[in-house]
Amino acid sequence: MKLATGGLLLCAMLLMIAQLSANSVSTRPGLHSMQFHLGGDTYAELRKAPDKAVNRPNPMENDPEAVAAGRLLFTDHCAECHGDDARGGRKGPSLRVSEVQNASPGTLFWLLTNGAVRKKMPAWSKLPEPQRWQLVRFLKWPGLAQTAPTEPESKP
Amino acid sequence: MNAWWTTEFYLDAQTTFHDSTVYSGFKWENRFRLLKREHWINPVLYAEFEDINGTDKTLKEVVGHDVELDYVKSNAQARQEHKREMELKLILSSNTKGWNFSENIIAEKNLSNEPWEFGYALAASRPLALKGSARRCTFCRQNFIVGAEMYGGLGDRHSFGLRKTSHYLAPVGGWNLPSGWTLRVSPGFGLNDNSHKFLLRWGVSREIKGFDQVLRHMFAAKS
Repeated sequence: MKLATGGLLLCAMLLMIAQLSANSVSTRPGLHSMQFHLGGDTYAELRKAPDKAVNRPNPMENDPEAVAAGRLLFTDHCAECHGDDARGGRKGPSLRVSEVQNASPGTLFWLLTNGAVRKKMPAWSKLPEPQRWQLVRFLKWPGLAQTAPTEPESKP
Repeated sequence: MNAWWTTEFYLDAQTTFHDSTVYSGFKWENRFRLLKREHWINPVLYAEFEDINGTDKTLKEVVGHDVELDYVKSNAQARQEHKREMELKLILSSNTKGWNFSENIIAEKNLSNEPWEFGYALAASRPLALKGSARRCTFCRQNFIVGAEMYGGLGDRHSFGLRKTSHYLAPVGGWNLPSGWTLRVSPGFGLNDNSHKFLLRWGVSREIKGFDQVLRHMFAAKS
């Protein structure tokens, strides 16, 4: 009897998760292309960074291994939503666009730390601060647009 | 599920040496992020519903007057007891200089006519290295997390306090493997006569990325 109750609850939960997931995707245009299509204010969250955060320099800027480390962190934590090559995926927008590339390192660090809850971007404060800066270094690396995501790159 | 809500479902079973292996019930856990931005202290509301029997000997946390004697019944006796419980936790966490500090205030209610029970948990942990490695490695220091935790009961609504409660202090170790698996171990030491003298908590977990998408495809294909 208890097993049956548990089974029923599990089925109900799976259906609910599937339904929520389906709803969240079906409201987006262009599902067939498996890409997250950009709304007008997709990157608006970047403009909300306070001045103090915007002006923070990246302490990993001159670290020769920061890009390679950031790439691995990106693969582990970001690629699921933003795509392996940061061009955008089913859940997250492209990070190669000018809004992101022209944002200061401090702005990207602020967004990574705080997330954008209403836009489904989680806060990554659980990652140690140096790792968040390494991610920022990778995102701001000029070679990002030209390089395949799986190529090792220890010295950009 | 999304940036402010995560949910987990568990079907639990337990094995007691020289006794038996039994299904002990199910648990549904939910965590809700309460604030939009990161702050010095970040609150998360945890809500759990569990439908279990007395053979559930999980000691993820301690509440009320949970003491060592509660765990000595045989599985045959214990499974006669049936509990539906709602548990609420306010989880406060802070991240500073690589350390994660977490304080849990726990309130648990058996949905039959029993009083609210209370407990606490305090923990601090840190990876051995804060910088990410430039290459994939199994034994990189960043993959290892060390820390300590303390947890115990705080009585119930009628007798709040430390009397007839159990408390534990435990070092914590974690190892995140590049394959996505995580191993955790926490050998706990009882701090008073009501506590188990030694408690070894360990876990193996793996996050399934895109699980919601898999479900969506599965159900979409059938409909």
